[in-house]
Amino acid sequence: MTEPLLDVRDLRVEYKALRGSVRAVNDVSFQIMPGEVYGLAGESGCGKSTIALSILRVLNPPAVITGGQVLFKGRDVLDMNDDQLEQFRWSEVAMVFQSAMNSLNPVMRIGDQIADAIQAHERVSDKDAEERSVELLKVVGIDPNRRRAYPHELSGGMRQRAVIAIALSLNPPMLIMDEPTTALDVVVQQEIMMQLRELKEQFGFSVLFITHDLSLLVEFSDRIGIMYAGDIVEEAPSSQLFDDPQHPYTWGLMHSFPLVHGPRMALTGIPGSPPDLLSPPPGCRFAPRCSLVMPQCSTSRPLLTPTGNRRNVACYLHEQGRPVTISPLMESRGTVTV
Amino acid sequence: MRFILRRLGFYALAFWASITLNFFLPRLMPGDPASAMFARFQGRLDPATIDAMRAAYGLSDAPLWRQYLTYLQSVLTGDFGLSISYFPSPVIDVIRTSMWWTVVLGSVALLLSFTIGTVLGIFGAWRRSGWVDSVLPPMLLFTGSFPYFWLATLALFLLGFKYDLLPLRHAYQAGLSPELSWEFFRSVLTHLIMPAGTIILVSIGGWMLGMRNAMISVLSEDYITMADAKGLSDRRVMFSYAARNAMLPSVTAFGMALGFVISGALVTETVFSYPGLGWSLLTAVRQLDYPLMQGIFLMITLAVLVANFIVDLIYLRLDPRVRTG
Repeated sequence: MTEPLLDVRDLRVEYKALRGSVRAVNDVSFQIMPGEVYGLAGESGCGKSTIALSILRVLNPPAVITGGQVLFKGRDVLDMNDDQLEQFRWSEVAMVFQSAMNSLNPVMRIGDQIADAIQAHERVSDKDAEERSVELLKVVGIDPNRRRAYPHELSGGMRQRAVIAIALSLNPPMLIMDEPTTALDVVVQQEIMMQLRELKEQFGFSVLFITHDLSLLVEFSDRIGIMYAGDIVEEAPSSQLFDDPQHPYTWGLMHSFPLVHGPRMALTGIPGSPPDLLSPPPGCRFAPRCSLVMPQCSTSRPLLTPTGNRRNVACYLHEQGRPVTISPLMESRGTVTV
Repeated sequence: MRFILRRLGFYALAFWASITLNFFLPRLMPGDPASAMFARFQGRLDPATIDAMRAAYGLSDAPLWRQYLTYLQSVLTGDFGLSISYFPSPVIDVIRTSMWWTVVLGSVALLLSFTIGTVLGIFGAWRRSGWVDSVLPPMLLFTGSFPYFWLATLALFLLGFKYDLLPLRHAYQAGLSPELSWEFFRSVLTHLIMPAGTIILVSIGGWMLGMRNAMISVLSEDYITMADAKGLSDRRVMFSYAARNAMLPSVTAFGMALGFVISGALVTETVFSYPGLGWSLLTAVRQLDYPLMQGIFLMITLAVLVANFIVDLIYLRLDPRVRTG
């Protein structure tokens, strides 16, 4: 078996607040193989962007990484000193940020923002850096003459393409995409996603793809992790996840939005709201909202356990290697119909 | 280019409006210098003398529009008439000698406090809650909230009088003549320390806090996180990404302050007997010296407009977003 490119082990991130600390990422582990697209989904505030920022160690205070390991090609990012970190960033893992609107420096030309990423890592003359920025803009479908444009002179879609060009500037083996298309309209969103797919074929990078748009996620990812309140509750190949959800939260998530393709089904929401992370439930963090809750759920925390078929789930309904089909159970319980 | 032309047009209009106001305002005040002087001599002058005086001062009974046209013409040719308080020097000469000192004092004080304050603000925000950030702002606010004349007098008393470290008054040592020599330069410098130093002391806190606050809000922007993620060096992120954006409001404030350099140092010049424009203005007001007042007001207007134009040009370089406007 090949070595994973990224191996996150028991990552713990806390936000230090006045009233105590909030554990936004609760001992999360996952792996991404070379060339793989790993999708991370969950509702707002579940910790998915925090994970992304932790991998590059660009979290802003009061968020602090308080435990775990982030192994990239076997090296622990959390152990790197400042110089090593600067070298690691962007050349190994680059990131496409959530809003292209705000992730470009408004007073700097697009071309210069590509060139300075290159020149921060390689000894390259200004002229060569400019040539490479021309190439990169061509790759993402922007007229190279636009390299002299400032961000405000570009449309939203072009800005996001420019951000992608910057992300590709060092040809990194891995790209983090944190909701790359959320701020764009559906048509542009489709274009960008198609382009990303092509670029992925061309450059062969791995992707950590973060979104709350489940249909986009299924379409684009090889494997998906579902997060709830700082935990990964279920992990499965994207082809299997929604056919047979094993965690009640995944099931609820799936029945919260209509599928364009596939059978008609009744939409049900998930009753209640995410827990207050200042004082999370002692056992499974989903227990208070779960319609299949059992006594042990509120006392001890279920760990992510393999249930066969490359799937992992953190739920006491399943025993190791012996998954249970939960759909009939969920449907028979009185869930709220929206 | 079109932007610059449009701005120039705007400044021409503003200039015309202000010289017109400048013409009418003193004429709305009761009394004129000749009658003031007549009153001072308590009837010991005869009407013929008054007429002669009025003629010498250029006061006339011509219709207002006539006076206005003459006024416009002389303003444009740089002829502001003779000063009354410094009679018979032409106003333009009085302004020329005193303006030089005001410009030296004002620009040295402003440049230093702007630069130091801004740099402190950058570092304060960068190492937020570090010692620069926790010690300096309260301290500078404290010195900044002293009444200026009190602080200036205290400095004068302690440094100038009691310990005799620095000269008490004037812009350079009596006996030296303005020339390009090391001695003269040093004398100007030592005479500048107290007036400029006190101005810097009270104004630096504002620059630092302004920059610090702008910097803190810029630091939470996504493009700063992205710059970090790009693996850029701290220096590059701090200056090219954060400070470069955060300094835009400070530049505007700097331009406003630059315009008021000409008029701003009135109290300073009075306390330190510094022979600048503020001092001349005070004299002019006391002695109802209209020509000098008008001349100085005009200089102030001109300075504000020119400074604003310079800031427009700087802004054009600093912020690409205004170029389309």
